[in-house]
Amino acid sequence: MRNSVWRSGAALAALAIALAACGGEAPANESGAAAGGDDTIKVGILHSLSGTMAISEVTVRDAELLAIEEINKAGGVLGKQLVPVVEDGASDWPTFAEKATKLIRQDKVATTFGGWTSASRKAMLPVFERSKALLWYPVQYEGLESSPYIFYTGATTNQQIIPGLDYLKEQGKKKLFLVGSDYVFPRTANKIIKAYAAANGMEILGEEYTPLGHTEYGTLTNKVVQAKPDAVFNTLNGDSNVAFFKQLKSAGVTAEEMPVLSVSVAEEEVTGIGVDNIAGHPVAWNYYQTTDTPANKKFVEAFKARYGAAKVTSDPMEAGYNAVYLWAEAVKKAGTVEVEAVRKAAGGIALERPEGLVTIDGENQHMYKTARIGIIQPDGLIKEVWNSGEPIKPDPYLKGYPWASGLAAG
Amino acid sequence: MNAVTNLARLRGPGIFAVVAALALVVAPLALEPFRLGLLAKYLCFAIVALGIGLAWGQGGMLTLGQGVFFGLGGYAMGMHLKLVEASSLPSSGSSSGGGPALPDFMVWSGVEELPALWAPFADPVFALAMVVAGPVLIATVLGLLVFRQRVRGAYFAILTQALAAAFVILLVGQQGLTGGTNGLTNFFELFGRDLADDSTQRGLYIVVALVLGVLYLGARQLVNSRFGRLLVAVRDGEDRVRFLGYDPAVVKTIVFAISAGMAGLAGALFVPVVGIISPALLGVVPSLELVVAVAVGGRFALAGAVLGAVVMGYAKTSFSEQFADGWLYLQGALFILVMTLAPKGLVGLAASAREALAARRRPAVPASRTVKEIA
Amino acid sequence: MEAFVNQLPIGISIGAVLLLIALGLTFTFGQMGVINMAHGEFIMAGAYTAYLLQDLTGRMAVIVALPVAFAVAGLMGLILERTAIRHFYGRPLDTLLLTWGVSLVLQQLARDLFGAPNVQVQAPAWLQGGIGTLPYNRLFIFVLALLTVAGVWAYLNRTGQGRRMQAVMQNRGLAAVSGIDTGRVDQRTFFIGSGLAGVAGVALTLIGPVGPTLGTYYIVDAFLVVVAGGLGSLLGAVVAAAGLGLLNSYAEFWSDASLAKVIVFAVIVAFLQVRPQGLFVLRSRALS
Repeated sequence: MRNSVWRSGAALAALAIALAACGGEAPANESGAAAGGDDTIKVGILHSLSGTMAISEVTVRDAELLAIEEINKAGGVLGKQLVPVVEDGASDWPTFAEKATKLIRQDKVATTFGGWTSASRKAMLPVFERSKALLWYPVQYEGLESSPYIFYTGATTNQQIIPGLDYLKEQGKKKLFLVGSDYVFPRTANKIIKAYAAANGMEILGEEYTPLGHTEYGTLTNKVVQAKPDAVFNTLNGDSNVAFFKQLKSAGVTAEEMPVLSVSVAEEEVTGIGVDNIAGHPVAWNYYQTTDTPANKKFVEAFKARYGAAKVTSDPMEAGYNAVYLWAEAVKKAGTVEVEAVRKAAGGIALERPEGLVTIDGENQHMYKTARIGIIQPDGLIKEVWNSGEPIKPDPYLKGYPWASGLAAG
Repeated sequence: MNAVTNLARLRGPGIFAVVAALALVVAPLALEPFRLGLLAKYLCFAIVALGIGLAWGQGGMLTLGQGVFFGLGGYAMGMHLKLVEASSLPSSGSSSGGGPALPDFMVWSGVEELPALWAPFADPVFALAMVVAGPVLIATVLGLLVFRQRVRGAYFAILTQALAAAFVILLVGQQGLTGGTNGLTNFFELFGRDLADDSTQRGLYIVVALVLGVLYLGARQLVNSRFGRLLVAVRDGEDRVRFLGYDPAVVKTIVFAISAGMAGLAGALFVPVVGIISPALLGVVPSLELVVAVAVGGRFALAGAVLGAVVMGYAKTSFSEQFADGWLYLQGALFILVMTLAPKGLVGLAASAREALAARRRPAVPASRTVKEIA
Repeated sequence: MEAFVNQLPIGISIGAVLLLIALGLTFTFGQMGVINMAHGEFIMAGAYTAYLLQDLTGRMAVIVALPVAFAVAGLMGLILERTAIRHFYGRPLDTLLLTWGVSLVLQQLARDLFGAPNVQVQAPAWLQGGIGTLPYNRLFIFVLALLTVAGVWAYLNRTGQGRRMQAVMQNRGLAAVSGIDTGRVDQRTFFIGSGLAGVAGVALTLIGPVGPTLGTYYIVDAFLVVVAGGLGSLLGAVVAAAGLGLLNSYAEFWSDASLAKVIVFAVIVAFLQVRPQGLFVLRSRALS
């Protein structure tokens, strides 16, 4: 019996290695064939299509695919059609690194659009930097980063968090309570908020973090209610928002007496939270489905026509959609898809996008974006009540803010 | 008859040698670097699986928290690599003044001084020792605590699962120390060699394969020893073993600690191979997935555990490349099928198929009993 | 002192949630030795039942859904028991892995049927508001938990079916030779245990998200309650749930949510050192 196990085990192991070898060859042949055609350009799309982040990231993928389709319909880039290679990051950071490697080395894509969480970006960063390949990252994030091989089309902190604080200050909110999920973005955001508060005569009454996926907010709600802040700054992520807003509402907190400003709740999340529970609370982004620009009218119509009338568009989706157009523009300007040439050409490119004018800052590869504060309406959409007036220059290390000097060491 | 069994006995090691040759010589030559990296990753998981095979298959301890030990090993290695990187890059260290250079994530987490916990990991010998010593120590303490109180079976499984959950929360919560959800990433070199280099990766693969082979042989030796029989006896009748004068708690703790050490070693190898270690790799689900892999391969044979980890790892990669949504269905279904129809896994299936074949060829030998045992 | 008083109802209500999610497990895990990892997905099924019933009943869905969800989740459990689990009795660890596979399939199924984003279940208007720091919906969950426990207790001790169920749990062989159809009892046990998960799911729509991953948020906590309470002990589950709820709320109040979870785990491990079989142990002469 023991020997038979030996043998079968060994035989099957050999089989597995043979399989792995085949697996290695098959796609190689495939890519060889595809590379033969000179009239296409491959681009990678790398988002979580499964796992906890799929809810959010699938919508960004859809927006990016829409942009690719539109560009192809309009004649492509440099006369060539774009061919998307879609990979699943599976809400798992090492998988993002693995799939990024595959896109670059095996599919030899010209650029990649992808990522959502900071963790996925941090996992992919070394891959793109080492391979000198391009990544377009479409989500607002915590700043303090400026990789030469990443373009950041979402907001950095001075285009979302600081305008959010400016808005609260204008509203006369002096005492804040900070609530966030326990990961990098909320912790960094709250550091910035605390520095801002110290410089602007605001008071921070409490700072609380809960594990990702946490759903029990009884105690935290109690802490918030007891502290009696003027407003809550909310950096919770994902499903936690649902539990938090439900339990806050049932504790009798209203948007009038204690507004909760969220930076991770967009049109997509409102239904799941329940409009009842969140209507009237403010959010901070750079784009809403209701943003009134000609480009946005076109984008919303195209998106609904392509994916269904019930779909909503949100800030990260728009940023992903923009990323494809901005890259295409840079390629046109450079006349090639070669990475260094595209990087050089990208600086200064300005396009009218759904959120308004977007300009690439050639220095840190972030975008000039207009900050917008909106209030969640009873119909689930978000109405803009405040904006920064003009696109804000991206400042990922907050060098232009004297009070933030202690934050950006390094 | 004697000659035949001798021949058969030789065949096992013979095939092991063939597989070893395939893994060590053919694979590095035949596979392109990207695929070889993937195979190295599967082999890392296979090392963890080997430990699970020992603890669960042989010892009956269903541990759902191997991710914790994998993580301890991985973080020990990751911390060392981070420190090496920080000290080699003048740019990141300059702003922090006189003290030792800080890893990148500490800078943006607002940590200004290198934590005392980190300092010794700059020494490669200490880091490598901790890779194994950390998990072994924790497993020993935990094992003595729970096994002495005769916590076993389902209780033990649930306890280790909760341990994995709590460990992840702890890691994520200490962002300044551990990098939070991001984990540790962005490594440049390993003992002076550039990690991005293909030859380094090939070398790493061979190291992983060698470690797996050596551990496999060691584990087999253990299972076939007197101690191994005692272990199986504990699995099948703990109280009887106790009546015979042995202390089952000690036996179980030793094996649990060995499996933890294997997981730690695997974690340490995983870090340079994949280039990241993060809490997402250590939680409840990844720990369970490895147990699943062992069950699919065949938990009662060590080769089955290894095989299962490689097959499931490969299946995950190739299926998620093709159709992402279907993977959960397939994984779930595969699992239900294996558990209901072939509880001894692929290895058991192969064995029973061969025995059925042999029985047909030689109808004189009644094979029905063993077949029923397997089914 | 004020904090102490305020946290008390919160702790008890957390305990009520824990009790609701764990009650079904005391049946399937405690009485039958089946580690049902799909228990979380039965909770999810209950929540989605309330979501679907909304179209018919509007805001009363949460009330109407309680019995319906019990039946839906119970039937799912019954199907699972008949098709798979009955082949696994006496192999608890195998059921763990089997049902984990089932839970993966159910999660993906929910994703395909209802979409990946969370859905909304509207609470009845009269559940808005509250007394002091205790919202009405928490009170509702607390009362529901009490009623459920009372119902379960009455069933186990005051009906023939319930007594047979206890008999099978205490000594399967003896029960069988006494003429009890243990197969039938098993089916019933699994039906009720899973059905209770459905009820918990409806209650959870009041305070938490309703989505495909709902079950995964609660499953580990539910098992910890049963382990701490003692296998198959109703009283144990009640005491353990209340204790863990209070511990959780005070630990979180004085530290933070992450640390509270770690503290709870540490306390359970320490507690099992003192009472390895949980709070209340079913007395038995059998060794293992």
